[in-house]
Amino acid sequence: MSQQAFDVLVIGAGPAGLAAASSAASSGVRVGLIDDNPSAGGQIWRGGLEHAPTSQATLWLIRANADAITLFARTRVISRVQPGVLLVETPTGAQELSFRQLILASGARELFLPFPGWTLPGVMGAGGLQALVKGGLPIAGKRVVVAGSGPLLIAVAAYLKSRGARVQCIVEQTSWSKLGHFGLQLARSPSKLRQARSLGWRLRGVPLHANSWITRADGSERLEAVSIQRGKRVETLSCDYLACGFGLVPNIELGSALGCTIEHGTLQVDEWQQTNSAGIFCAGEVTGIGGLDLALLEGQIAGLAASGQTAAARVLFSARAREQRFACHLASSFALHAELKRLAEPETLVCRCEDVPYQALQEHTNWRAARLQTRCGMGPCQGRVCGSATAFLFGRTPDSVRPPVTVARVASLVSTHSDQEK
Amino acid sequence: MHEIQLTVNGQPVCVPAGSIVAAALAQAGVTSFRHSVSGEARAPLCGMGICFECRVTINGKAYALSCQTMCEEGMEVTTT
Repeated sequence: MSQQAFDVLVIGAGPAGLAAASSAASSGVRVGLIDDNPSAGGQIWRGGLEHAPTSQATLWLIRANADAITLFARTRVISRVQPGVLLVETPTGAQELSFRQLILASGARELFLPFPGWTLPGVMGAGGLQALVKGGLPIAGKRVVVAGSGPLLIAVAAYLKSRGARVQCIVEQTSWSKLGHFGLQLARSPSKLRQARSLGWRLRGVPLHANSWITRADGSERLEAVSIQRGKRVETLSCDYLACGFGLVPNIELGSALGCTIEHGTLQVDEWQQTNSAGIFCAGEVTGIGGLDLALLEGQIAGLAASGQTAAARVLFSARAREQRFACHLASSFALHAELKRLAEPETLVCRCEDVPYQALQEHTNWRAARLQTRCGMGPCQGRVCGSATAFLFGRTPDSVRPPVTVARVASLVSTHSDQEK
Repeated sequence: MHEIQLTVNGQPVCVPAGSIVAAALAQAGVTSFRHSVSGEARAPLCGMGICFECRVTINGKAYALSCQTMCEEGMEVTTT
Protein backbone atom coordinates (compact mmCIF):
# COMPACT_ATOMS: atom_id res chain seq x y z
CA MET A 1 0.00 0.00 0.00
CA SER A 2 1.20 3.51 -0.78
CA GLN A 3 2.30 5.63 2.17
CA GLN A 4 2.85 9.37 2.30
CA ALA A 5 4.67 11.17 5.10
CA PHE A 6 3.79 14.55 6.60
CA ASP A 7 5.18 16.62 9.44
CA VAL A 8 1.68 17.80 10.33
CA LEU A 9 -1.53 16.02 9.32
CA VAL A 10 -4.81 17.92 9.71
CA ILE A 11 -8.16 16.11 9.77
CA GLY A 12 -10.98 18.34 8.56
CA ALA A 13 -10.77 21.23 6.09
CA GLY A 14 -13.34 23.55 7.66
CA PRO A 15 -12.27 26.93 9.10
CA ALA A 16 -10.30 25.39 12.01
CA GLY A 17 -8.52 22.88 9.76
CA LEU A 18 -7.73 25.49 7.10
CA ALA A 19 -6.30 27.84 9.73
CA ALA A 20 -4.31 24.99 11.32
CA ALA A 21 -2.90 23.76 8.01
CA SER A 22 -1.88 27.19 6.73
CA SER A 23 -0.42 28.26 10.10
CA ALA A 24 1.68 25.08 10.31
CA ALA A 25 2.75 25.38 6.66
CA SER A 26 4.00 28.94 7.27
CA SER A 27 6.97 27.42 9.15
CA GLY A 28 7.99 25.40 6.10
CA VAL A 29 6.82 21.97 7.29
CA ARG A 30 5.01 19.50 5.06
CA VAL A 31 1.27 19.45 5.76
CA GLY A 32 -1.45 16.98 4.76
CA LEU A 33 -5.10 18.07 4.94
CA ILE A 34 -7.92 15.51 4.83
CA ASP A 35 -11.64 16.06 4.30
CA ASP A 36 -14.50 13.74 3.39
CA ASN A 37 -16.24 16.40 1.27
CA PRO A 38 -15.50 17.03 -2.42
CA SER A 39 -13.81 20.36 -1.61
CA ALA A 40 -12.33 22.29 1.30
CA GLY A 41 -14.31 24.81 3.36
CA GLY A 42 -16.25 22.66 5.80
CA GLN A 43 -19.99 23.14 6.15
CA ILE A 44 -19.86 26.91 6.57
CA TRP A 45 -17.67 27.55 3.51
CA ARG A 46 -18.97 24.58 1.57
CA GLY A 47 -17.94 24.29 -2.06
CA GLY A 48 -14.39 25.62 -1.75
CA LEU A 49 -12.79 28.72 -3.20
CA GLU A 50 -15.15 28.91 -6.18
CA HIS A 51 -18.15 29.41 -3.87
CA ALA A 52 -16.46 31.30 -1.02
CA PRO A 53 -19.26 33.40 0.52
CA THR A 54 -17.09 36.08 2.19
CA SER A 55 -13.69 37.69 1.75
CA GLN A 56 -12.63 35.98 5.00
CA ALA A 57 -13.48 32.58 3.49
CA THR A 58 -11.58 33.45 0.32
CA LEU A 59 -8.54 34.50 2.36
CA TRP A 60 -8.32 31.25 4.35
CA LEU A 61 -9.08 29.03 1.36
CA ILE A 62 -6.28 30.73 -0.59
CA ARG A 63 -3.86 30.43 2.34
CA ALA A 64 -4.58 26.70 2.59
CA ASN A 65 -4.06 26.29 -1.15
CA ALA A 66 -0.27 26.60 -0.61
CA ASP A 67 2.24 24.26 -2.25
CA ALA A 68 3.31 22.93 1.15
CA ILE A 69 -0.21 21.63 1.80
CA THR A 70 -1.51 18.45 0.16
CA LEU A 71 -5.33 18.26 0.20
CA PHE A 72 -6.98 14.84 0.27
CA ALA A 73 -10.64 15.51 -0.63
CA ARG A 74 -13.34 12.83 -0.41
CA THR A 75 -11.09 11.02 2.05
CA ARG A 76 -12.10 9.44 5.35
CA VAL A 77 -9.96 8.18 8.22
CA ILE A 78 -10.61 4.49 8.89
CA SER A 79 -8.23 3.59 11.70
CA ARG A 80 -4.82 4.01 13.29
CA VAL A 81 -2.43 1.44 11.83
CA GLN A 82 0.25 2.18 14.45
CA PRO A 83 1.23 5.30 16.41
CA GLY A 84 1.90 8.04 13.86
CA VAL A 85 0.18 6.28 10.95
CA LEU A 86 -3.47 6.52 9.88
CA LEU A 87 -5.26 4.36 7.33
CA VAL A 88 -7.47 6.48 5.09
CA GLU A 89 -9.86 5.71 2.26
CA THR A 90 -9.57 7.94 -0.81
CA PRO A 91 -11.78 7.77 -3.93
CA THR A 92 -9.12 5.59 -5.55
CA GLY A 93 -8.51 3.24 -2.64
CA ALA A 94 -6.88 2.90 0.75
CA GLN A 95 -3.68 4.69 1.68
CA GLU A 96 -1.50 5.12 4.76
CA LEU A 97 -0.57 8.62 5.90
CA SER A 98 2.17 9.06 8.48
CA PHE A 99 2.67 12.18 10.61
CA ARG A 100 4.73 13.68 13.41
CA GLN A 101 1.92 15.88 14.71
CA LEU A 102 -1.81 15.37 14.21
CA ILE A 103 -4.46 18.11 14.38
CA LEU A 104 -8.09 17.03 14.69
CA ALA A 105 -10.48 19.62 13.30
CA SER A 106 -13.36 17.29 12.56
CA GLY A 107 -16.04 19.87 13.36
CA ALA A 108 -19.55 19.17 14.53
CA ARG A 109 -22.79 17.67 13.37
CA GLU A 110 -26.35 18.70 14.14
CA LEU A 111 -28.25 17.32 17.10
CA PHE A 112 -31.40 15.55 15.94
CA LEU A 113 -34.10 14.74 18.47
CA PRO A 114 -36.77 12.15 17.71
CA PHE A 115 -40.42 13.19 17.42
CA PRO A 116 -43.27 11.39 15.65
CA GLY A 117 -42.70 11.59 11.89
CA TRP A 118 -39.05 12.71 12.01
CA THR A 119 -38.02 9.86 9.67
CA LEU A 120 -40.31 11.07 6.85
CA PRO A 121 -38.58 12.19 3.63
CA GLY A 122 -38.58 16.00 3.69
CA VAL A 123 -37.66 16.24 7.38
CA MET A 124 -34.01 17.27 7.48
CA GLY A 125 -31.44 19.00 9.60
CA ALA A 126 -31.37 22.80 9.36
CA GLY A 127 -27.75 22.80 8.24
CA GLY A 128 -28.62 19.60 6.36
CA LEU A 129 -31.17 21.28 4.11
CA GLN A 130 -28.85 24.25 3.61
CA ALA A 131 -26.05 21.89 2.54
CA LEU A 132 -28.29 20.17 0.00
CA VAL A 133 -29.53 23.48 -1.42
CA LYS A 134 -25.90 24.62 -1.76
CA GLY A 135 -25.40 21.33 -3.64
CA GLY A 136 -28.14 22.19 -6.11
CA LEU A 137 -31.37 20.93 -4.48
CA PRO A 138 -34.21 22.97 -6.07
CA ILE A 139 -35.85 25.01 -3.25
CA ALA A 140 -37.45 28.01 -5.05
CA GLY A 141 -41.13 28.21 -4.22
CA LYS A 142 -40.97 25.40 -1.62
CA ARG A 143 -42.59 25.98 1.76
CA VAL A 144 -40.04 25.47 4.51
CA VAL A 145 -40.38 25.51 8.30
CA VAL A 146 -37.05 26.08 10.08
CA ALA A 147 -37.02 24.71 13.63
CA GLY A 148 -34.92 23.56 16.56
CA SER A 149 -32.49 25.83 18.36
CA GLY A 150 -29.52 28.10 17.96
CA PRO A 151 -28.21 30.90 15.75
CA LEU A 152 -27.77 28.45 12.86
CA LEU A 153 -31.57 28.50 12.35
CA ILE A 154 -31.47 32.21 11.53
CA ALA A 155 -28.57 31.81 9.11
CA VAL A 156 -30.25 28.85 7.40
CA ALA A 157 -33.61 30.63 7.11
CA ALA A 158 -31.94 33.69 5.57
CA TYR A 159 -30.01 31.54 3.11
CA LEU A 160 -33.06 29.51 2.06
CA LYS A 161 -35.12 32.69 1.62
CA SER A 162 -32.39 34.16 -0.58
CA ARG A 163 -32.68 31.07 -2.78
CA GLY A 164 -36.41 31.59 -3.24
CA ALA A 165 -37.79 29.28 -0.53
CA ARG A 166 -41.02 30.36 1.15
CA VAL A 167 -39.85 30.25 4.76
CA GLN A 168 -43.07 29.87 6.78
CA CYS A 169 -41.60 30.56 10.19
CA ILE A 170 -38.64 29.95 12.50
CA VAL A 171 -39.45 27.82 15.54
CA GLU A 172 -36.91 28.33 18.36
CA GLN A 173 -37.19 26.31 21.57
CA THR A 174 -35.45 28.80 23.83
CA SER A 175 -37.31 31.68 25.53
CA TRP A 176 -37.56 35.32 24.46
CA SER A 177 -35.67 36.36 27.61
CA LYS A 178 -32.72 34.08 26.79
CA LEU A 179 -32.77 35.31 23.18
CA GLY A 180 -32.69 38.87 24.52
CA HIS A 181 -29.70 38.06 26.72
CA PHE A 182 -27.93 36.47 23.75
CA GLY A 183 -28.66 39.60 21.70
CA LEU A 184 -26.92 41.73 24.34
CA GLN A 185 -23.83 39.52 24.11
CA LEU A 186 -23.86 39.82 20.31
CA ALA A 187 -23.95 43.61 20.68
CA ARG A 188 -20.53 43.50 22.41
CA SER A 189 -18.90 42.29 19.18
CA PRO A 190 -19.24 44.75 16.27
CA SER A 191 -18.71 42.04 13.62
CA LYS A 192 -21.27 39.66 15.16
CA LEU A 193 -23.78 42.50 15.61
CA ARG A 194 -23.35 43.53 11.98
CA GLN A 195 -23.94 39.95 10.87
CA ALA A 196 -27.04 39.61 13.09
CA ARG A 197 -28.52 42.87 11.76
CA SER A 198 -27.97 41.81 8.17
CA LEU A 199 -29.67 38.44 8.82
CA GLY A 200 -32.56 40.19 10.59
CA TRP A 201 -33.05 42.50 7.61
CA ARG A 202 -33.00 39.61 5.16
CA LEU A 203 -35.61 37.78 7.26
CA ARG A 204 -38.06 40.66 7.55
CA GLY A 205 -41.59 39.32 7.31
CA VAL A 206 -40.65 35.81 8.52
CA PRO A 207 -42.23 35.09 11.94
CA LEU A 208 -39.95 33.89 14.75
CA HIS A 209 -41.67 31.82 17.44
CA ALA A 210 -39.67 31.46 20.67
CA ASN A 211 -40.44 28.97 23.44
CA SER A 212 -41.90 26.75 20.68
CA TRP A 213 -41.06 23.41 19.11
CA ILE A 214 -42.18 20.83 16.57
CA THR A 215 -44.30 18.09 18.14
CA ARG A 216 -44.86 15.96 15.05
CA ALA A 217 -44.44 15.72 11.30
CA ASP A 218 -47.10 14.15 9.10
CA GLY A 219 -47.38 12.96 5.53
CA SER A 220 -48.11 9.79 3.56
CA GLU A 221 -45.04 9.28 1.37
CA ARG A 222 -43.22 12.44 2.34
CA LEU A 223 -43.64 15.42 4.65
CA GLU A 224 -46.90 17.33 4.22
CA ALA A 225 -47.40 19.17 7.51
CA VAL A 226 -45.85 19.86 10.90
CA SER A 227 -47.42 20.55 14.27
CA ILE A 228 -45.89 23.30 16.38
CA GLN A 229 -46.31 23.70 20.14
CA ARG A 230 -46.59 27.42 20.91
CA GLY A 231 -47.22 27.87 24.60
CA LYS A 232 -50.39 25.91 25.31
CA ARG A 233 -51.55 25.90 21.69
CA VAL A 234 -50.60 23.48 18.94
CA GLU A 235 -50.67 24.83 15.39
CA THR A 236 -50.51 22.73 12.25
CA LEU A 237 -48.76 24.13 9.21
CA SER A 238 -48.49 22.68 5.68
CA CYS A 239 -44.95 22.57 4.32
CA ASP A 240 -42.65 20.82 1.83
CA TYR A 241 -39.54 20.74 4.03
CA LEU A 242 -38.84 20.87 7.74
CA ALA A 243 -35.29 22.01 8.47
CA CYS A 244 -34.84 21.00 12.10
CA GLY A 245 -31.67 20.93 14.21
CA PHE A 246 -31.28 21.34 17.98
CA GLY A 247 -27.78 22.76 18.02
CA LEU A 248 -24.43 21.13 17.30
CA VAL A 249 -22.58 18.07 18.61
CA PRO A 250 -18.76 17.83 18.36
CA ASN A 251 -17.47 15.01 16.11
CA ILE A 252 -15.27 13.43 18.78
CA GLU A 253 -15.25 9.86 17.45
CA LEU A 254 -11.78 9.88 15.88
CA GLY A 255 -10.26 11.59 18.93
CA SER A 256 -11.94 9.04 21.13
CA ALA A 257 -10.57 6.15 19.05
CA LEU A 258 -7.08 7.70 19.36
CA GLY A 259 -7.35 7.79 23.15
CA CYS A 260 -7.87 11.52 23.67
CA THR A 261 -9.64 12.60 26.86
CA ILE A 262 -13.30 13.54 26.48
CA GLU A 263 -15.35 15.55 28.95
CA HIS A 264 -18.89 16.84 28.49
CA GLY A 265 -18.84 15.51 24.93
CA THR A 266 -15.82 17.56 23.87
CA LEU A 267 -12.15 16.74 23.28
CA GLN A 268 -10.05 18.22 26.09
CA VAL A 269 -7.03 20.38 25.23
CA ASP A 270 -4.41 22.50 27.01
CA GLU A 271 -3.51 26.13 26.17
CA TRP A 272 -1.63 24.96 23.05
CA GLN A 273 -4.72 23.05 21.86
CA GLN A 274 -2.85 19.82 22.61
CA THR A 275 -4.69 16.78 24.00
CA ASN A 276 -3.44 14.40 26.70
CA SER A 277 -1.99 12.30 23.85
CA ALA A 278 1.36 13.92 22.99
CA GLY A 279 1.45 15.18 19.41
CA ILE A 280 -2.33 15.18 18.97
CA PHE A 281 -3.92 18.65 18.83
CA CYS A 282 -7.58 19.64 18.42
CA ALA A 283 -9.17 22.82 17.10
CA GLY A 284 -12.61 24.15 16.34
CA GLU A 285 -15.99 22.70 17.26
CA VAL A 286 -14.52 19.37 18.47
CA THR A 287 -13.24 21.19 21.56
CA GLY A 288 -16.68 22.76 22.21
CA ILE A 289 -19.19 24.65 20.11
CA GLY A 290 -17.95 28.22 19.71
CA GLY A 291 -18.54 29.30 16.13
CA LEU A 292 -16.38 30.55 13.28
CA ASP A 293 -14.19 33.14 15.03
CA LEU A 294 -13.17 30.75 17.82
CA ALA A 295 -12.54 27.94 15.31
CA LEU A 296 -10.15 30.14 13.30
CA LEU A 297 -8.23 31.16 16.44
CA GLU A 298 -7.97 27.63 17.78
CA GLY A 299 -6.90 26.39 14.35
CA GLN A 300 -4.13 28.98 14.13
CA ILE A 301 -2.91 28.23 17.66
CA ALA A 302 -2.91 24.48 17.01
CA GLY A 303 -1.10 24.86 13.68
CA LEU A 304 1.50 27.22 15.12
CA ALA A 305 2.07 25.10 18.24
CA ALA A 306 2.29 21.85 16.25
CA SER A 307 4.99 23.41 14.07
CA GLY A 308 7.01 24.85 16.96
CA GLN A 309 5.92 28.49 16.54
CA THR A 310 4.87 28.91 20.17
CA ALA A 311 5.59 32.65 20.45
CA ALA A 312 3.25 33.38 17.54
CA ALA A 313 0.63 31.07 19.05
CA ARG A 314 0.74 32.83 22.41
CA VAL A 315 -0.18 36.17 20.79
CA LEU A 316 -3.63 34.72 20.00
CA PHE A 317 -4.45 33.52 23.54
CA SER A 318 -6.36 36.64 24.65
CA ALA A 319 -8.50 36.75 21.51
CA ARG A 320 -9.29 33.07 22.03
CA ALA A 321 -10.31 33.71 25.65
CA ARG A 322 -12.73 36.42 24.49
CA GLU A 323 -14.36 34.06 21.98
CA GLN A 324 -14.54 31.31 24.61
CA ARG A 325 -16.61 33.61 26.81
CA PHE A 326 -18.97 34.13 23.88
CA ALA A 327 -19.19 30.33 23.49
CA CYS A 328 -20.35 30.06 27.13
CA HIS A 329 -23.14 32.57 26.49
CA LEU A 330 -24.10 30.62 23.37
CA ALA A 331 -24.44 27.38 25.35
CA SER A 332 -26.52 28.91 28.16
CA SER A 333 -28.76 30.93 25.82
CA PHE A 334 -29.77 27.88 23.81
CA ALA A 335 -29.78 25.19 26.53
CA LEU A 336 -32.43 22.65 25.61
CA HIS A 337 -35.84 22.65 27.30
CA ALA A 338 -36.58 19.43 29.24
CA GLU A 339 -39.96 19.23 27.51
CA LEU A 340 -38.13 18.16 24.32
CA LYS A 341 -37.38 14.81 26.01
CA ARG A 342 -41.09 14.04 25.86
CA LEU A 343 -41.60 14.51 22.13
CA ALA A 344 -40.89 10.87 21.22
CA GLU A 345 -43.81 8.48 21.59
CA PRO A 346 -43.26 4.80 22.55
CA GLU A 347 -43.18 3.68 18.90
CA THR A 348 -41.14 6.66 17.60
CA LEU A 349 -37.86 5.40 16.14
CA VAL A 350 -34.73 6.66 17.89
CA CYS A 351 -32.12 4.65 15.94
CA ARG A 352 -32.85 5.24 12.26
CA CYS A 353 -30.27 2.77 10.98
CA GLU A 354 -31.69 -0.22 12.85
CA ASP A 355 -35.24 1.12 13.35
CA VAL A 356 -35.19 0.87 17.15
CA PRO A 357 -38.20 2.52 18.83
CA TYR A 358 -38.10 4.64 21.98
CA GLN A 359 -39.93 2.04 24.07
CA ALA A 360 -37.28 -0.63 23.32
CA LEU A 361 -34.58 1.67 24.73
CA GLN A 362 -36.49 2.76 27.81
CA GLU A 363 -36.07 -0.58 29.59
CA HIS A 364 -32.25 -0.55 29.43
CA THR A 365 -30.12 1.32 31.93
CA ASN A 366 -26.99 1.94 29.84
CA TRP A 367 -25.85 2.40 26.26
CA ARG A 368 -24.08 -0.95 26.00
CA ALA A 369 -27.05 -3.00 27.22
CA ALA A 370 -29.38 -1.13 24.86
CA ARG A 371 -26.93 -1.66 22.01
CA LEU A 372 -26.54 -5.39 22.63
CA GLN A 373 -30.26 -6.02 23.12
CA THR A 374 -31.73 -3.76 20.44
CA ARG A 375 -28.89 -3.06 17.92
CA CYS A 376 -29.28 0.69 18.67
CA GLY A 377 -26.19 2.42 17.27
CA MET A 378 -24.97 -0.59 15.28
CA GLY A 379 -25.91 0.69 11.83
CA PRO A 380 -23.76 2.62 9.38
CA CYS A 381 -23.92 5.94 11.29
CA GLN A 382 -22.37 4.04 14.22
CA GLY A 383 -24.47 5.87 16.79
CA ARG A 384 -23.60 9.38 15.59
CA VAL A 385 -27.30 10.27 15.24
CA CYS A 386 -29.01 8.09 17.88
CA GLY A 387 -26.10 8.28 20.37
CA SER A 388 -26.38 12.06 20.55
CA ALA A 389 -30.15 11.74 20.93
CA THR A 390 -29.93 9.15 23.74
CA ALA A 391 -27.37 11.37 25.50
CA PHE A 392 -30.06 14.03 25.75
CA LEU A 393 -33.04 11.71 26.26
CA PHE A 394 -31.55 9.25 28.76
CA GLY A 395 -28.12 10.65 29.66
CA ARG A 396 -26.46 7.68 27.90
CA THR A 397 -23.62 8.00 25.44
CA PRO A 398 -21.67 5.46 23.39
CA ASP A 399 -18.89 4.26 25.71
CA SER A 400 -16.16 3.52 23.20
CA VAL A 401 -15.24 3.97 19.55
CA ARG A 402 -13.59 1.05 17.86
CA PRO A 403 -12.02 0.87 14.40
CA PRO A 404 -13.09 1.17 11.66
CA VAL A 405 -14.08 4.68 12.75
CA THR A 406 -16.39 5.00 9.75
CA VAL A 407 -17.97 2.71 7.17
CA ALA A 408 -15.08 1.31 5.10
CA ARG A 409 -14.80 -0.86 2.01
CA VAL A 410 -13.64 -4.42 2.65
CA ALA A 411 -10.81 -3.88 0.14
CA SER A 412 -9.45 -1.04 2.30
CA LEU A 413 -9.32 -3.25 5.37
CA VAL A 414 -7.99 -6.30 3.54
CA SER A 415 -5.13 -4.31 2.01
CA THR A 416 -3.67 -3.42 5.43
CA HIS A 417 -3.90 -6.98 6.69
CA SER A 418 -2.26 -8.43 3.61
CA ASP A 419 0.60 -5.94 4.09
CA GLN A 420 1.03 -6.93 7.72
CA GLU A 421 1.18 -10.60 6.82
CA LYS A 422 4.00 -10.10 4.33
CA MET B 1 -24.60 27.11 -17.24
CA HIS B 2 -22.96 23.85 -18.28
CA GLU B 3 -25.28 20.86 -17.70
CA ILE B 4 -24.51 17.28 -16.83
CA GLN B 5 -26.64 14.33 -17.88
CA LEU B 6 -26.90 11.24 -15.70
CA THR B 7 -29.51 8.54 -15.11
CA VAL B 8 -31.55 7.98 -11.97
CA ASN B 9 -33.17 4.54 -11.88
CA GLY B 10 -32.67 4.38 -15.67
CA GLN B 11 -34.34 7.75 -16.36
CA PRO B 12 -32.16 10.53 -17.82
CA VAL B 13 -31.82 13.69 -15.69
CA CYS B 14 -30.02 16.96 -16.44
CA VAL B 15 -28.52 19.02 -13.62
CA PRO B 16 -26.27 22.09 -13.52
CA ALA B 17 -22.55 21.25 -13.24
CA GLY B 18 -21.48 21.27 -9.60
CA SER B 19 -24.68 19.60 -8.35
CA ILE B 20 -24.53 16.76 -5.84
CA VAL B 21 -26.22 13.43 -6.55
CA ALA B 22 -28.90 14.07 -3.88
CA ALA B 23 -29.96 17.17 -5.84
CA ALA B 24 -30.22 15.12 -9.04
CA LEU B 25 -32.48 12.62 -7.28
CA ALA B 26 -34.77 15.42 -6.09
CA GLN B 27 -34.73 16.84 -9.62
CA ALA B 28 -35.79 13.42 -10.92
CA GLY B 29 -38.73 13.40 -8.50
CA VAL B 30 -37.32 10.65 -6.27
CA THR B 31 -38.82 10.89 -2.78
CA SER B 32 -37.39 7.72 -1.26
CA PHE B 33 -33.61 7.32 -1.48
CA ARG B 34 -33.59 3.97 0.33
CA HIS B 35 -35.81 1.76 2.47
CA SER B 36 -35.00 1.16 6.12
CA VAL B 37 -34.66 -2.29 7.72
CA SER B 38 -38.39 -2.21 8.54
CA GLY B 39 -39.35 -0.92 5.08
CA GLU B 40 -39.80 2.81 5.72
CA ALA B 41 -38.99 5.26 2.91
CA ARG B 42 -35.99 7.42 3.80
CA ALA B 43 -34.28 10.48 2.34
CA PRO B 44 -31.34 12.71 3.36
CA LEU B 45 -31.26 13.97 6.95
CA CYS B 46 -27.87 15.47 7.83
CA GLY B 47 -26.64 16.54 4.38
CA MET B 48 -23.02 16.15 5.52
CA GLY B 49 -22.02 12.50 5.41
CA ILE B 50 -22.91 11.52 8.98
CA CYS B 51 -26.32 9.80 8.94
CA PHE B 52 -26.04 7.55 5.83
CA GLU B 53 -29.77 8.01 5.13
CA CYS B 54 -29.03 9.32 1.61
CA ARG B 55 -27.02 6.31 0.51
CA VAL B 56 -27.62 5.05 -3.03
CA THR B 57 -25.85 2.87 -5.57
CA ILE B 58 -23.63 4.82 -7.99
CA ASN B 59 -22.18 3.07 -11.03
CA GLY B 60 -22.82 -0.26 -9.33
CA LYS B 61 -21.07 0.73 -6.10
CA ALA B 62 -23.41 0.44 -3.11
CA TYR B 63 -23.35 2.65 0.00
CA ALA B 64 -22.39 5.80 -1.90
CA LEU B 65 -23.42 8.97 -0.07
CA SER B 66 -25.51 11.06 -2.47
CA CYS B 67 -24.98 14.17 -0.30
CA GLN B 68 -21.18 14.08 -0.68
CA THR B 69 -20.86 12.88 -4.28
CA MET B 70 -20.75 15.30 -7.20
CA CYS B 71 -22.73 14.45 -10.36
CA GLU B 72 -20.63 13.28 -13.30
CA GLU B 73 -21.55 12.87 -16.96
CA GLY B 74 -23.08 9.46 -17.63
CA MET B 75 -23.28 8.48 -13.97
CA GLU B 76 -25.80 5.72 -13.21
CA VAL B 77 -27.61 6.16 -9.91
CA THR B 78 -30.06 3.64 -8.47
CA THR B 79 -32.11 3.71 -5.30
CA THR B 80 -33.10 0.66 -3.28
